[in-house]
Amino acid sequence: MIKIENLTKDLEEFEINQVNLEVKKNEYFVILGPSGSGKTMLLELIAGITIPDSGKIYLDNKDITWSALEKRGVGFVYQNYMLFPHKTVFENIAFGLKIRKIGKEKIESKVNEMMELLNISHLKDRLPRTLSGGEQQRTALARALIIYPKVLLMDEPLSALDRKTRANLMRKLKEIHQKFDITLVHVTHNFDEALQLADRVAIMKEGTISQVGDVDEIFRRPANDFVADFVGVENMIKGNATRNNDLTKINTGNTVIVSTENKSGPVHITVRPEDITLATQKVTTSARNVFEGRVKEISDLGTLIRLTVDVGDPLVVFLTRQSFLDLEININKTVWTYFKATAVHVF
Amino acid sequence: MFILVPILNLMVSSDLGSILANLQDKEVMSAIFISAYCALAATVLAVLFGVPLAYILARHEFVGKGFVEAVIDVPIVIPHTISGIALLLVFTSTGIIGAPLDKLGLVFTDAIPGIVIAMLFASASFVVNSAREGFESVDPRMEKVARTLGSGSLRTFIIITLPLSVRSIVVGSIMCWARAISEFGAIIIIAYFPTTAPVLIYRRFVDFGLSEATPVAVILISLCLLLFLVVRLIMRGWKTYDKN
Repeated sequence: MIKIENLTKDLEEFEINQVNLEVKKNEYFVILGPSGSGKTMLLELIAGITIPDSGKIYLDNKDITWSALEKRGVGFVYQNYMLFPHKTVFENIAFGLKIRKIGKEKIESKVNEMMELLNISHLKDRLPRTLSGGEQQRTALARALIIYPKVLLMDEPLSALDRKTRANLMRKLKEIHQKFDITLVHVTHNFDEALQLADRVAIMKEGTISQVGDVDEIFRRPANDFVADFVGVENMIKGNATRNNDLTKINTGNTVIVSTENKSGPVHITVRPEDITLATQKVTTSARNVFEGRVKEISDLGTLIRLTVDVGDPLVVFLTRQSFLDLEININKTVWTYFKATAVHVF
Repeated sequence: MFILVPILNLMVSSDLGSILANLQDKEVMSAIFISAYCALAATVLAVLFGVPLAYILARHEFVGKGFVEAVIDVPIVIPHTISGIALLLVFTSTGIIGAPLDKLGLVFTDAIPGIVIAMLFASASFVVNSAREGFESVDPRMEKVARTLGSGSLRTFIIITLPLSVRSIVVGSIMCWARAISEFGAIIIIAYFPTTAPVLIYRRFVDFGLSEATPVAVILISLCLLLFLVVRLIMRGWKTYDKN
């Protein structure tokens, strides 16, 4: 669908360096990266808002690197919406259809349909400045979708919204992805959005792509410490790996952790908190990693309780509120942690 | 106060009778008409050439941009009589611009075109600077979004950028017109005739003294203030689309 080859662009503040990327048809693709990593610029290059120094962009196997932006069939939604302030919600949405010289009645019915889909029918005659952030973003989405672009690029579409509105709009985006024959590319710095929406994710760092894969793959098997750190992986520990039969033993200096993954030399390991179980006594399980430690930190996240257990290295473990109460855990209590060798990712 | 007192004092310093008499004076009315009409012509020219220039300055970076910007502002800092001399040298029937135009029958010295270019020289920067400010207030990303929706660049300019910056362009044009109508220094050098209102006021003052000059001054200033007021009122009703 979208194919990017060796794309390079150097502006003073941002750069894109030799980016290669492929987005499949009808995919929900999320580009994740910290601010300044060049993700917005990558989107603007695909849309034709910025012209690359070198490299190629293909859309449906057609080279669009130099096409005029109004001829690409690529929609764009900005973080701050960029609604036309002198036009009402209806006129904003109708814009693309009017340009295409579509009859008045047809415009009316199409716009009404789109407003209904996005639950903004009641805002029809309002000017953008009177709308809330969420309402503006819905209008911007409607305006972009109404011309049925092959690809819709969204630059931080949810970042300026409060939590509740964001959750609502996320559901809406999912619905749009199912209803429309459309490829969505969504740029964000928020891993949650990727987790909930993406079919596949690309992680960007300083103008390059660090890793591409499905969400689970990136979360469980980050390609490097930047990705792990960025996606908010807990329990990332440095160590030295040695191979022993079918297992890898990682000596962190304080503990020895066992993994089934084949690596040796200086490595990082990650264990997801939800893969760790906790007990107040030693029990027999199939888990190969068993450590005794003391509870050092307890934080209440609402439905979950986050514990930091010092087993030589600090391990973060999540507990439900109920099991937290059942286990009668408090600071400095001695507990046992268990996790399987397959739960340890080495990189 | 410093501004208000002299203006208010001037407004009341002439009696109604002499103002009415002057309003019927052909010479006065013709001078005011010439002033207003030439200033309008200068403003139209300034908008025609200044607005595209303003758009380029607002949207593009290029070598020598700083120089262009400086040149636009130069007429504000040089004394107007000097502007007049500079213009005269170029636009006289033997000057580098005046000579070829003279062959086409366009005469500048002591003629309406001379008045217009003297006004244009002094006031064009108001249109350029104000229009530029207007264009700069329109986010270029908004134009880009319009284009992703299928609108070409010229159409985007006409239906998005222009409506959003028209207020600044109008304000600039009125400032330009007002500045043009008040031009004196450059005009007396290049075109003492036909008489514009400021020149007439000066002549009356020199020939007959203050009492003869004041009524004409009051008429001219009333006209200017009236226009200023009307524009202000229109502007107030004009939607700005800014955040409330």
